[in-house]
Amino acid sequence: MIELINLCKAFDDRVVLDNANLTINDGETIVIIGRSGTGKSVMLKHIIGLMKPDSGQVMIDGQDVTRLGGKELNELRLKFGMLFQGAALFDSLSVRDNVAFNLIEHRKMDDDSIDRRVAECLGLVGLKGIEGQRPSELSGGMRKRVGLARAICMDPKIILYDEPTTGVDPIMADAVNDLIKGLQSKLRTTAIAVTHDMTSAYKIADRIAMLYKGKIIEVGTPEQIKNTSNPIVRQFITGAASGPITEDS
Amino acid sequence: MIGWITDLGERFLDFLHYAGGITVLTVRTVFWTFVPPFKRRPVLEQMVKVGIDSLPIVFLTCLFTGMVLALQSAYQMQKMEAKLYIASLVALSLTRELGPVLTALVVAGRVGASIAAELGTMKVTEQIDALETLATNPIKYLVVPRFIALFFMLPLLTIYGDIVGILGGYMIGVWRLNILSNLYWDMTWNPLKVKDIATGLIKSFAFAVVICIVACYEGMRVEGGAEGVGAATTRAVVVSFILIIAADCLFTALFYFGFSF
Repeated sequence: MIELINLCKAFDDRVVLDNANLTINDGETIVIIGRSGTGKSVMLKHIIGLMKPDSGQVMIDGQDVTRLGGKELNELRLKFGMLFQGAALFDSLSVRDNVAFNLIEHRKMDDDSIDRRVAECLGLVGLKGIEGQRPSELSGGMRKRVGLARAICMDPKIILYDEPTTGVDPIMADAVNDLIKGLQSKLRTTAIAVTHDMTSAYKIADRIAMLYKGKIIEVGTPEQIKNTSNPIVRQFITGAASGPITEDS
Repeated sequence: MIGWITDLGERFLDFLHYAGGITVLTVRTVFWTFVPPFKRRPVLEQMVKVGIDSLPIVFLTCLFTGMVLALQSAYQMQKMEAKLYIASLVALSLTRELGPVLTALVVAGRVGASIAAELGTMKVTEQIDALETLATNPIKYLVVPRFIALFFMLPLLTIYGDIVGILGGYMIGVWRLNILSNLYWDMTWNPLKVKDIATGLIKSFAFAVVICIVACYEGMRVEGGAEGVGAATTRAVVVSFILIIAADCLFTALFYFGFSF
């Protein structure tokens, strides 16, 4: 189980997280929604220990990530897979070496076993036979899928998705959503996705949480969120220009 | 008046922050250099980028510098009927001073800029964050191979630059100023002591650390996309140039006053 407890983070005078609280159960897919720049990615980076909060805790299976460092934090990170917004593939490495990065760096496996695992992961995301290509030769959608293959290569317990459908066309976005859903049912991992794409959120989420002004203001199933009476959530999910959410909020 | 003092104070704090960051990165890099696993391939790849690929530009820079040095000194030496000493002047100037400094400046411009731009791009495209999420230390993975490569290749490039510069001086001295070839070589090697070459090499080890750490530090703290990468690349080169010249001054003073070199 993952618990965010009273998480606070500010950059200079700008408060991004203000006593944010959220509990994520094992095996569920939770989608965090909110406007661009509200701190969704910051929240994700706190969960994997890329950022330290000003105060508060991030508890993962009873371990406080904010207090971990060095070797302990790296051991914990091996339980994670993360898909970045722009995929964050290493330009200097081939697709095969990108996907196999953790296997090469952290597991003593022979080349044949690595090749088999890479082919298996690329197969899961619908890309076969592109092991020798460079990230610069791939389209946006392919890069996302290779990023996803890299994220699942170590059989992670938790997968983090940062804007999984941003920057790809609607058809590819739907394919990515299907992929995420398919992986969840196959791998039974805990998944946390941040997005402002409601189509994606409704499709992949078991629960949806809305982040607004540094706080989680509502959590519920996609049905509950669709029928919410909270005017802020309503305005966000319907995409209305007028309402309680203003330009500066 | 208060605004001026505040501005000065902020700049001083920025300087302390920068100096602190550079120091911390240096200590961490040296620490991680000695932490296993030790991988040969990334170091060798960087050695090619830093060393082999820099050979042409170091060749041209040092060759022309040796030639210019011979021509400029000939201007005075010929008046005193002492043009034979051009060979010694070229050899000593190059090995003690110009070889290490010019090679370092050229490498800072070529390699330092490239490192800052590469790491900066990795930072803005979240590749450095990705490394961390893959349980890999960015300093061990990115900085250490570049550090080792520069630490060993810059002194080698300096020796190469010294030789090429001396050859440049020889070409002018023998082919243009009509100094006898044997005599030119005698006047090159006779006054040259091991300590002359050693002082130059000690400097180049220090310059290698400066180039690598400044470039990596600038690259790894980039913010703000392509504009940030450009600014960091420029800063990496400018700061490296200033620190190389300052370190050269410091080492020359130390060798002159402190260790009687």
